[in-house]
Amino acid sequence: MAALLLIPPLAALVFGLAAAFVRSTAVARLSGVSTSAVVLAAGIALLALGKVPELGGGLLRADALSAFMLAVVGAVGLTSTWGGLGPRDHGAASAPTTGQRRYAALVCVFLGAMSVAVSTDNLGVLWVAVEATTIATAFLVGHQGTRRSLEAAWKYVVLGSVGVAIALLGVVLLYAASRSAGEATLSWVALASGELQLDPGLTKVAAGLAVLGFATKAGLAPMHSWLPDAHSQAPAPVSGLMSGVLLAVAFYAILRIQAIADMVLGPSLMRGLLLTAGLLSLAVAAALILRQRDYKRMLAYSSIEHMGLLAVGAAIGGPFAVAAVLLHVLGHGLAKATLFVVAGRILATEGSTRIEDVRALLARHPRCMGIVMAGWRAGLGWAMGLTLALLLVLFAGLARASAAMVLGAPVSDAAPRHPMHPGHGSPEGPMTPLVLALAVTAVAGFLSVPLGTVLLRAAAVLGS
Amino acid sequence: MTTAILATQLLALTTGVLLVTSVLLVWQRSLASAVRVLAVQGGALALLVVAIGLTEGDAELFVVAVVVLALKAIAIPLVLARAIRSSGVEREDKPLLNPTAGLVIVALLTTLAYLVSTPIVAATGGTGAGEAGPAAFSAPVGLTMVLVGFLLLTTRRRALSQVVGFLVLDNGIATVGFLTAAGVPLVVELGVSLDVLLVALILAVLSGRMGALIGQDPVSMMTELRD
Repeated sequence: MAALLLIPPLAALVFGLAAAFVRSTAVARLSGVSTSAVVLAAGIALLALGKVPELGGGLLRADALSAFMLAVVGAVGLTSTWGGLGPRDHGAASAPTTGQRRYAALVCVFLGAMSVAVSTDNLGVLWVAVEATTIATAFLVGHQGTRRSLEAAWKYVVLGSVGVAIALLGVVLLYAASRSAGEATLSWVALASGELQLDPGLTKVAAGLAVLGFATKAGLAPMHSWLPDAHSQAPAPVSGLMSGVLLAVAFYAILRIQAIADMVLGPSLMRGLLLTAGLLSLAVAAALILRQRDYKRMLAYSSIEHMGLLAVGAAIGGPFAVAAVLLHVLGHGLAKATLFVVAGRILATEGSTRIEDVRALLARHPRCMGIVMAGWRAGLGWAMGLTLALLLVLFAGLARASAAMVLGAPVSDAAPRHPMHPGHGSPEGPMTPLVLALAVTAVAGFLSVPLGTVLLRAAAVLGS
Repeated sequence: MTTAILATQLLALTTGVLLVTSVLLVWQRSLASAVRVLAVQGGALALLVVAIGLTEGDAELFVVAVVVLALKAIAIPLVLARAIRSSGVEREDKPLLNPTAGLVIVALLTTLAYLVSTPIVAATGGTGAGEAGPAAFSAPVGLTMVLVGFLLLTTRRRALSQVVGFLVLDNGIATVGFLTAAGVPLVVELGVSLDVLLVALILAVLSGRMGALIGQDPVSMMTELRD
């Protein structure tokens, strides 16, 4: 039972090492897919078993929320890595190049770090795992080695590490607060239980810093400036992973901190912070998405928009809003991973598979309504009104760009252009993962059993 | 009793060195000597851990002190020194601040750190069980280092001097942790140290690659990606 917790990180380690040291094309191609599948299976198994296993004194622990996040990491990982596979090169059966091996190994490490981040009870380990995702993705963002991708990687590592370092300051201060309350601990369960008399002044500073830090990693405005650069320069499957789950994992950290702060200080501090960041993110995304010419950047701004929505949902609080936030995490993850994979293919040749873009956009928007409905219920009408207005602007921007891409008149020089970004993948690849992911996204909102139960159980973990 | 006096004096000495080295880094232009100052700062941090270990009587902290010394006084400075030698950039010649303005701002930041750390000192500065006692009163030094780290990150143009800023920021966070809570648990401390080392390595490699691709002045040339 508790051994289930060890499976995702161990699988990531084994497949990562295999990808790094075994000179086989099959291993390099399939290591990421296998790791994702194992993570997904472990997440679903933990959800189905419904217990809360613990290992190593809380170093690893998975309640319903962790298990759900683990399943999301696995599902989005599977969509990105499987969908990102190019067609097999039958002619050249030679060993993979060093670059390909490093890429495959880093994707495994990335997936493993995210699994550890969501399945630990120790806030310190959570921080270490989130920072490890920055380390794993640094060279993935700069994988192409061009001037622009190196610039994106530099900004990403500097801003990401500095942001997450602020979160470390918050975590350290929370530890100091617990220590002066009598029991030095970083265990989330102990901190959020309300049994420790944490000093309110210190907790306020600590929680504020921690949320600010993790919000940088989650791409919330005004700390979002690394996000469009990194997402547009990374290879397509990596963009899908970063946008689909990395942001959500950072947001998961915010949810955990929010539970602690709400217990000690009442909901007002976190509600104010998250509502400001959420609405600001929506406004920034709305302002910039309208004039985007690069569709990968457009997708990146759309991710900022969705993180803003999550923040607004979390600010509202209560079981419905939090369940809607979690549903949105799943829907956004799958749809955005699909979109980035498709964007990678469009990039490789203009043409062919554009219709997916539009279907994904349509499939994505029912998710927003859950949050909006829950928002009306919680009586934050003015914020929701603003949110709706901003969403309309965003939708108009996305729809205009996508419609132009799908329906627009063909460019006159129809000669196939030379692929400008060879690292982004090939024009063809498996369709199954994309169709599966979109089908799950479209259907998930209507499944009260088992998904609704799972979401409410996960929301209950946060004490709402 | 003599141990307690020794520990307190060591605490005062090391926090003083931490503060002075941070100020020196703002004023310093030569990258090679900035790295030497950073190594001294790492050594002072390790001594601070020893001082807190003496007060707390906690043997685990001496292990942490060795880790801190190996990492922040030796390994990271070596990585940076190598990166500087291979980049061929020796001086921070285009800072946005002249030294005088830098020093004035550092004075303001120090005052700010003392002001904002009131709740931290109030909550942890007692003498009861689990409270940090006199050490907590030096916690503003850690916050000053965090703010100085931000100052370096935002006003330096050379890629490697921004890395120095990041490391000062990280040293500041570690200082706050040691002063207010005698450091985080050993597992977390090891994880954090490994992360910081890897980030320093990655930034050194990236700046080397950018230098090879773009030429000598990476960060201020970063204008390709914008909206």
